[in-house]
Amino acid sequence: MALIFPKHLDAIVRTLAPLLGLGALSGIGLAFFATLPDNLEPGYMPVQPVPYSHKLHAGNLGLDCLYCHSTVDKSSFAAVPASQTCMNCHKQVKKDSESIRPIKESFESGMPVNWLKVHKLPDYVYFNHKAHVNVGVSCVSCHGRIDQMVEVKQFANLSMSWCLECHRNPAPNIRPVELVTKLDWKPEGRDPADIGRELIAQKHINPPTNCSGCHR
Amino acid sequence: MIVQIQGSKQTGKKYWRSLEELADTTQFKQWVAQEFPATAEDAADGNSRRKFLNIMAASMGLAGLTACRRPEEHILPYSKSIEEQIPGVPLRYASVFSLGTRAQGLVVESSDGRPTKIEGNPQHPNSLGAASGFAQASVLCLYDPDRSRSVLEGGKASKWETFSESLKAQNWGDGSGLRVLSQAVNSPTLSALRAEILTKYPKSAWVEYEPINEDTLLAGSALAFGQRLRPVYDLEKAKVILSLDSDFLLHDSPGLEATRGYAKGRRNAEGLSRLYVAESNYSITGAQADHRLRLKPSEVLGFASDLAREAGALPQGLKILGQNDKFGKWTKSVAKDLLENKGSAVVIAGARQPAEVHAIAALLNQIIGAIGSTVNYIKHERESMSAGVTKLSEDLTAGIVKTVVILGGNPAYDAPAHTNLAANLKKASVIHLGYEVNETAKLAGWHIPEAHYLESWGDALCDGVASIQQPLIEPMFGGKSAIEVAALLAGLSPKGFELVKSHWKLDDKSWRKALHDGVIASAKDDFVKVVADPKRVDAAVSAAPKLVSGMEVAFFPSATAYDGRFANNGWLQETPDPMLKLVWDNAGIISPKTAKVLAVENGDMLAITVAGKTASVPAMILPGHADETVSVTLGYGRKEIGRVGKDVGVDVYPIRANAGMGFSAAQIVKGSGHHNLVTTQEHFSMEARPIVREAKVEDYHHHKNFATHEDEEIEQYSIYGYHEYDKGNQWGLVVDLNSCVGCNACITACQAENNIPIVGKDQVERGREMHWIRLDRYFSSTSEDENHVASEDPQVVYQPMACQQCETAPCESVCPVAATNHSPEGLNDMAYNRCVGTRYCANNCPFKVRRFNYLNWHKDMEESTKMVFNPNVTVRMRGIMEKCTYCVQRVQEAKIQAKVEGRRDLRDGEIKTACQQTCPAEAITFGNINDPNSAVSKLKKNDLNYGLLKELNLKPRTSYLAKLRNPNPELA
Repeated sequence: MALIFPKHLDAIVRTLAPLLGLGALSGIGLAFFATLPDNLEPGYMPVQPVPYSHKLHAGNLGLDCLYCHSTVDKSSFAAVPASQTCMNCHKQVKKDSESIRPIKESFESGMPVNWLKVHKLPDYVYFNHKAHVNVGVSCVSCHGRIDQMVEVKQFANLSMSWCLECHRNPAPNIRPVELVTKLDWKPEGRDPADIGRELIAQKHINPPTNCSGCHR
Repeated sequence: MIVQIQGSKQTGKKYWRSLEELADTTQFKQWVAQEFPATAEDAADGNSRRKFLNIMAASMGLAGLTACRRPEEHILPYSKSIEEQIPGVPLRYASVFSLGTRAQGLVVESSDGRPTKIEGNPQHPNSLGAASGFAQASVLCLYDPDRSRSVLEGGKASKWETFSESLKAQNWGDGSGLRVLSQAVNSPTLSALRAEILTKYPKSAWVEYEPINEDTLLAGSALAFGQRLRPVYDLEKAKVILSLDSDFLLHDSPGLEATRGYAKGRRNAEGLSRLYVAESNYSITGAQADHRLRLKPSEVLGFASDLAREAGALPQGLKILGQNDKFGKWTKSVAKDLLENKGSAVVIAGARQPAEVHAIAALLNQIIGAIGSTVNYIKHERESMSAGVTKLSEDLTAGIVKTVVILGGNPAYDAPAHTNLAANLKKASVIHLGYEVNETAKLAGWHIPEAHYLESWGDALCDGVASIQQPLIEPMFGGKSAIEVAALLAGLSPKGFELVKSHWKLDDKSWRKALHDGVIASAKDDFVKVVADPKRVDAAVSAAPKLVSGMEVAFFPSATAYDGRFANNGWLQETPDPMLKLVWDNAGIISPKTAKVLAVENGDMLAITVAGKTASVPAMILPGHADETVSVTLGYGRKEIGRVGKDVGVDVYPIRANAGMGFSAAQIVKGSGHHNLVTTQEHFSMEARPIVREAKVEDYHHHKNFATHEDEEIEQYSIYGYHEYDKGNQWGLVVDLNSCVGCNACITACQAENNIPIVGKDQVERGREMHWIRLDRYFSSTSEDENHVASEDPQVVYQPMACQQCETAPCESVCPVAATNHSPEGLNDMAYNRCVGTRYCANNCPFKVRRFNYLNWHKDMEESTKMVFNPNVTVRMRGIMEKCTYCVQRVQEAKIQAKVEGRRDLRDGEIKTACQQTCPAEAITFGNINDPNSAVSKLKKNDLNYGLLKELNLKPRTSYLAKLRNPNPELA
């Protein structure tokens, strides 16, 4: 049988093959690295319909998280407040500001403000805010220093291994319940984990690590 | 012999699920060999694997492109906060569900504004916290995309305003040309409006019609007592119960409290009640019987009157059936047993039976001292429905009637055949309020979409208990309630809320209390003191038609479609019939002997002719059914209905006439053709293992440990060993086989709670039904012969079967991706998002309780139907295995709530699984087996408690209490 390719092509193939292989391998490696939750998730910061600044409200003005996210200790959802809640103050304060116009319109028309979701879990994960907040897991553990963010961006990677890290060793993230919304809390002269351990023993905190704890 | 174990070498009872299993046919063996019969290749829509791969490749390409961007999700908060509404926290409202002439109090759960789950109202005496399968499934009807969506004028879309204007412009004068035809009026508000309309139009008439009614029951009490009364039973007190063709546990149920009371009487091994049933069809009440007498429906009157003469309730006279040895023995023993238990016995007559049987039942109840103890009577002024609709039809024929206003229902489909109502309605102008554009709507000049009971204000009065029907959602498709249309007729403002509220005249505080409790008045003070008159009854019985020989046909409500109104409800259509295990069809039920005479097999058509009209019905053979009788179920063969129910089954209303609304003589011959009937009775067979255990109560007193003494004692080695099952909450469940009546309510409750899909007849035939609870129905007979011939009188045992939550679960060790794991609380967890669909777990499950999603059953689901989903349970995709989780979402929610309230321990009974909560018989108990004081722990220590397949060392967390029968030694 006659050869289809001339002999001298062999050398080229021999040179290119490892290069191609290496390229493919590094491609796979890159794709793997790029899609790690740590590289994919944190930092997500969509542009919201209202330029609301948590830094201004929660940080500078010192509003408590619970003033707006009032269902966080009662429900699995930490509900975004109704436009009415904003208007409690903005009827008087900055009532003609261009920035709060969408809120004002929503309040008057009855239509919701179209906020964008920042912290997103898959549908098969049944995360429950009330279960966490009521045992002393602070907002800051998962959401970071919201009081320093002008625009909210995702802080943690929210992966399953990240959840389990805390569920297996909750002590560093447990604090007295009344301090959960104090994002800058630092106990004087003590390791927060020690306080956490005491509280865990006292309240029998035993976070689930089995499947149905979060998946139903 | 006391131990009666399936497959036991000893001569005990033999248990089987179908005649095919008993005969061990090749077809049955194939079913057993292949638990999952076909592969996913033969999808229902005809997609071949090649085509599937093509589609997948295309969607992979698209997925690759879109995956670069994170999908944006929105949060849409309220504009203004709503009082008490917290996103993610369900709210519960008391309401009431009317079905026919009965009503059940409910508590309805609303998830973020969507009604999602029905439960019984514990404070309502007719439901006592339980809900029937129909009530459970009614929430799916709310979201039915095939509901009527628009007012129609002559079939063309119109508006409610146009209709109300045209109605106001009508001048009916004295109303001689006006008729109102409604469903049973249970609502006091509607009743008041009826009075108002009749005052405004004195010559008009208002007719109530339900195809499944209590005409004969009320006529019977009129015959016996001289007034129209309805019996209210207290079966908990009853030691001896006789049912005269009454399926009081399902179709003839006076209310769920009857099942509750009956089950209580069966749980007490020291004073176990005894149930005699004389019936033609094999009902679930018959399945409970200690003694069951097979009779043709027409023979029940003879049996009842013989019994009454024997017991002295009727004067001595010629016994009708007495000549026959079997009947003679029965009447003697039953009469003796009833009389020996004066004050704690009761006789119940079935709705199919003529007035005379009801009157005899009343006489018997009088002589055995039941009245005032096990049965009370309550006033029930309701005119005969069949007579009413017959009169209406005559008036239509005579041309007197110009306008018929039909408030709900589908009389053109379900009216008695002799009235010819559908044809006669064409002679008048018809205004139809209806839930769907059905057979009646097609005849109507005006059609108004009817609001669902969860969408509209109303009320209901049943046996002296009044409840407010509280809506949970605005009408989805702009429907109106019967109250609103009636108000318009009466010239009032059609606003449901104001009409109901002003009717009750309650002050604000009592009104709020009535809404909160779901109950307004109590029944007890309305019981009437009565004396029955034997002479009048004797005269009527003597005048009643005597026995006729030949074939008979008896009409039954469907356990799924009821009278046809639930025909478009997929949950119900796919629920297997309790006795036949038939899905997506109705059938003509006959005994094996009659089948032989007629030379028919399952699915062969029967031609049933009554008064010149013929219905062609597929035959289904049921051991234990009366000979020379065919039982047919109503509610099928709908033509004008949505996608689910269209042309499912056959319509038998054309052969149901006034003379025989319950049963009638018929000519029955083998018809032409064959229909493919699909049943689930052989699916997931347990193959002759000792699964059901039962004994006679006297044998139990001698051998308390009969339920477990045959279990093999084996050395307990385990390859699992890492869970500390003696710590914390350890969940367990006990099913009491003495209480379980096989009513199917748990199956529907589970379906609603756990977002279980429906798959359709074709897929059920392939063994792909998805129900997590399989309600196994075993026939049993004492037969020493091994020749595989079914007994003519087999007994029936029900056994609910779901995941047993084995401590050493065989499914877990074979999962290659660890999608099913054990929780520290003893649950066999299922992480759906991990499952890759190997089905190894199901193959290794000895109980065959795992279900596999062969296809994406939700693919073609309409948006409105998706609103019924429970937000706390994952909706599973194709390729995923699923099974009972003990309602782990409820367990977790209760644990979290306890934590929020600072409680360390959960209260016993705080968590109820969906099946447990809805069970009218309280057959299911769930709780912490680590707590010695919990109800479930106490039951697990009961002598009757046994776990399944002990020899496999599975340590199932579900166990059963063995069934006890209490036969009369004289009849045994």
